Amino acid sequence: MDSEKEQYQQLTRQLMPKRPIARNLMLAFLVGGLICVVGQVVQWFFMQQGMSSKAASSPTSVVMIGIGALLTGLGWYDRVVKWGGMGGSLPITGFANAMVAPAMEFKTEGLIMGIGARLFTIAGPVLVYGMAAAFVVSAIRYLLTGVA
Amino acid sequence: MTFVWAFIIGGLLCALAQLVMDLAQLTPGQVLVLFVVLGALAGGVGVYGKLVQFAGAGASVPLPGFGYTMVEGIGQAVQQKGALGLFTGGLTAAAGGIKAAVLFGLTAALIFRPKA
Repeated sequence: MDSEKEQYQQLTRQLMPKRPIARNLMLAFLVGGLICVVGQVVQWFFMQQGMSSKAASSPTSVVMIGIGALLTGLGWYDRVVKWGGMGGSLPITGFANAMVAPAMEFKTEGLIMGIGARLFTIAGPVLVYGMAAAFVVSAIRYLLTGVA
Repeated sequence: MTFVWAFIIGGLLCALAQLVMDLAQLTPGQVLVLFVVLGALAGGVGVYGKLVQFAGAGASVPLPGFGYTMVEGIGQAVQQKGALGLFTGGLTAAAGGIKAAVLFGLTAALIFRPKA
């Protein structure tokens, strides 16, 4: 029984298409890099209005999230992710994509449990663990040094 | 010059995330959570702040930048309000992004239909 299972697993492993890791990495690098350059252009624009680079990064996030949500709605961003993998998903435009895509897909389940809940399918865990990690890291630093 | 570094550092962070996903066979959601936590850690030890100074949007646009932003915000809030800042600083700093994500996300989901 067990050996049959093992044989089956071995067979599926052999037959599964190998993920083209080098190609995936290259595309993630290019697509992710390009999105960050777009972000830098947006940030540069805000800095031309007299903001410091630090002050400009918040409105830059707002604009990039808007772009990500719009392109997802139009159905274009899915192609960016399909192509660039994490190059499309890791930038903040991909975070917007991860909110809009499931919300759109489950629209038929209604405004509350469809759109309202599904917006946070991925964003929920990211916020929960991001907030928890930021708290723990800062609390440790506060205890050790007196400043966070 | 910042534009070149934004491309290189942003691209490298994304390639690293792709490598982790491919090698550890994780889902995209798991990788995003992992990287936001890593961003908070790197922010806490002061590494990510240097990366942001140097690569601009190349470090602040990828998701680890979100974890870093919260740690940074907590640091400022603690200076002003003491321990209470641990609770208020993170979301205050990230408020623009979170509010934009909810608002634009909701609008896009209401307006557009999924492409078959």
